[in-house]
Amino acid sequence: MLYSSILERFNSIREREMNTLNPSIKSNQYQFYGLVTLRFLIGWHFLYEGIAKLLNPYWSSAAYLLDSKWIFSGIAKSIVSNPTLLTISDYLNMWGLTLVGISLVFGLFSRYGALVGMGLIMMYYLFAPPLVGLEYGKPNEGSYIVVNKNLIEACALWVLYVFPTSQYIGIDRFMNNETKN
Amino acid sequence: MANKKNKTNLERRDLLKGLAGVPVAGFFLLNLWQKIRRDKIKKSNLLSDLVQEKKAPAVVKSVSNSRQLNIGIIGYGGRGGHLVRGAGFATTAWTDKASENARKNKLDKQFETFMTQEDLNCSLVGVSDLFDVRADQGIDASKNETRPGGKPAVTAKKYPRYQDMLANDEIDAVIIATPDHWHAKIVIDAAKAGKHVYVEKGLTRTFDEAVDIYDVVKETGITFQLGHQNRQVEANEKAKQIYRQGLLGPVNLVEIATNRNSPWGAWVWNIHPKGNAKTIDWETFQEPSPNKIPFGEEALKRFFRWRCWFDYGTGLSGDLLSHDFDAINQIMDIGIPKYASSTGGVYFYKDGRDVPDTWNATFEYPDHKDGGLTLLYSATLSSANPRGNRIMGHDATMQMGGQSGGGSIHGFAVTADEYSTQYKERLNNGMINPSYPIMTYSPGSKDIDGVTSATSKYFANKGLLYTYRDGKRVDPTHLHVKDWLDSIRNGTQPRCNVDVAYHEAVACAMATESYLTGRRVEYDAKNRKLI
Repeated sequence: MLYSSILERFNSIREREMNTLNPSIKSNQYQFYGLVTLRFLIGWHFLYEGIAKLLNPYWSSAAYLLDSKWIFSGIAKSIVSNPTLLTISDYLNMWGLTLVGISLVFGLFSRYGALVGMGLIMMYYLFAPPLVGLEYGKPNEGSYIVVNKNLIEACALWVLYVFPTSQYIGIDRFMNNETKN
Repeated sequence: MANKKNKTNLERRDLLKGLAGVPVAGFFLLNLWQKIRRDKIKKSNLLSDLVQEKKAPAVVKSVSNSRQLNIGIIGYGGRGGHLVRGAGFATTAWTDKASENARKNKLDKQFETFMTQEDLNCSLVGVSDLFDVRADQGIDASKNETRPGGKPAVTAKKYPRYQDMLANDEIDAVIIATPDHWHAKIVIDAAKAGKHVYVEKGLTRTFDEAVDIYDVVKETGITFQLGHQNRQVEANEKAKQIYRQGLLGPVNLVEIATNRNSPWGAWVWNIHPKGNAKTIDWETFQEPSPNKIPFGEEALKRFFRWRCWFDYGTGLSGDLLSHDFDAINQIMDIGIPKYASSTGGVYFYKDGRDVPDTWNATFEYPDHKDGGLTLLYSATLSSANPRGNRIMGHDATMQMGGQSGGGSIHGFAVTADEYSTQYKERLNNGMINPSYPIMTYSPGSKDIDGVTSATSKYFANKGLLYTYRDGKRVDPTHLHVKDWLDSIRNGTQPRCNVDVAYHEAVACAMATESYLTGRRVEYDAKNRKLI
């Protein structure tokens, strides 16, 4: 009873989302393909970040975690000190990044991919935010204050989540008959 | 008909839109493949091609269980305590504090490293120290049940005079960690009593004492180990392979350095509150020293900070130069220099000491196989700038320790030289870039632990605190004690035997002599004399 009412509610939200968001993004080709390009680029970035880590037998999230500052530094430290947690963290990163990359590039469950990717990047941001007064061992490749590329990429993924394109361009197209054309 | 065609078109468009990611992925894979291929070529040019032996040195074969050995400790101070821990015995105060530290800071692995070290199948049966408090701590360590291997079989006996300990037939071997001025006499007495010896560095206070030790060890045939635990450090063994293969090219200059900047690092150690005329046997302490003073405030200072005076040690020479000299001797087999000269002074710690706090020494090897070699040692106790040690070859330079950041503990980096002959072709075709290392080595890089204090960091960068065996963190001091005990059982030579110990002792004595006399000192190998 409860389950079916939740499902009903979920479906109605989904339907409303599709109806309100999709026609508008499809109406302007420049806007639409801009979003598709953004999805490909972020997907590509995630995919290589993941694969590069998978290919490097010495990669570990430990160095990043050890340099963590601000509210999550305690959690970071306990992850590093526990070999099991560290291994889990390493695998979550390597495979998380790779799978999100595949999801965005191929347009397969891309909305969820964008959501998971946003979560991952927000973690990177929160474990080491460029706030005034926090200094890190590893130098940045640019100059940041509060806002850095992680935050921007997370925000871009949020845009991809609320303006999904994979039901038009992507494997998701085959799963959504009503959105064809 | 038209309808059908329209439908096929629609389906094709559908398919193209659905699989739009495929060409993107294809382009990605093409780039990935190119990158992997390029990295592989680069690697084969830099690594497999260059370094023959890629595996880490094997774990020392375990023979610790074959015969139980009884050991005694003479001089249970800070270093003596560490050595006895290496043999498997720590004081209750130490185990309590280490386990508490581990609880407070999960990255602190000191306790875990101690508890997981191999049980060396030995008993600590005798403790001798001229300071009663320390002797009692040694007794406490001998019976502490918190140790690898469980409850100890015996409790050690306290020997106010080390001679009585040597007279005990049940004792097989002794660890000597007294101040340097006592080393020679105790080593000679122990060897004559048939005890195997592990003695701390620097080997002796004077050149003549080094000759005496060398002779007595050779005559008696005891198993002798000098306390240079760097001999167990994996990175040094790796560095040796690289040097031997000629990857650095001819080497004519080696730079080694000490960079410390803390009172502890300058031997301004605490004067124990319980140290007084009743608890300290001052007369025995100063027996072998050239200058004698009555017991009092000055004597207390000298007892606890003995490294600051030439009466008891040789300062930077025996304490720190000796370590780095021995590491280079381990890697390059340089042996005893022909000439040594040194200069320096007391420029920062004007606290009454007579050993220099800023000191530079040069050692000349005109007959070295690479055409001739200069070893340059530079030391300061008022700057911790991590200069590290450098083996500077014509083809490449090896920078050891002292690298900043990167979490690299006692690793090294080899960088090709812009004007190298050996790598000329690779440099020209861009395969080797002289701005980046062609090889870096940082063992245990996946195993992170928190080395916190400045002194710990100093030693960790030198590879003296921890090393790695099969990826597991071990204390090289433990491995060095184990190497000695195993050699006793097997009748083999330990890694820092009397031959290489003699090299270190003579080199350090030459540099000290040069500082004290203000002239260049030459070693007459034929007559075993300093000229």
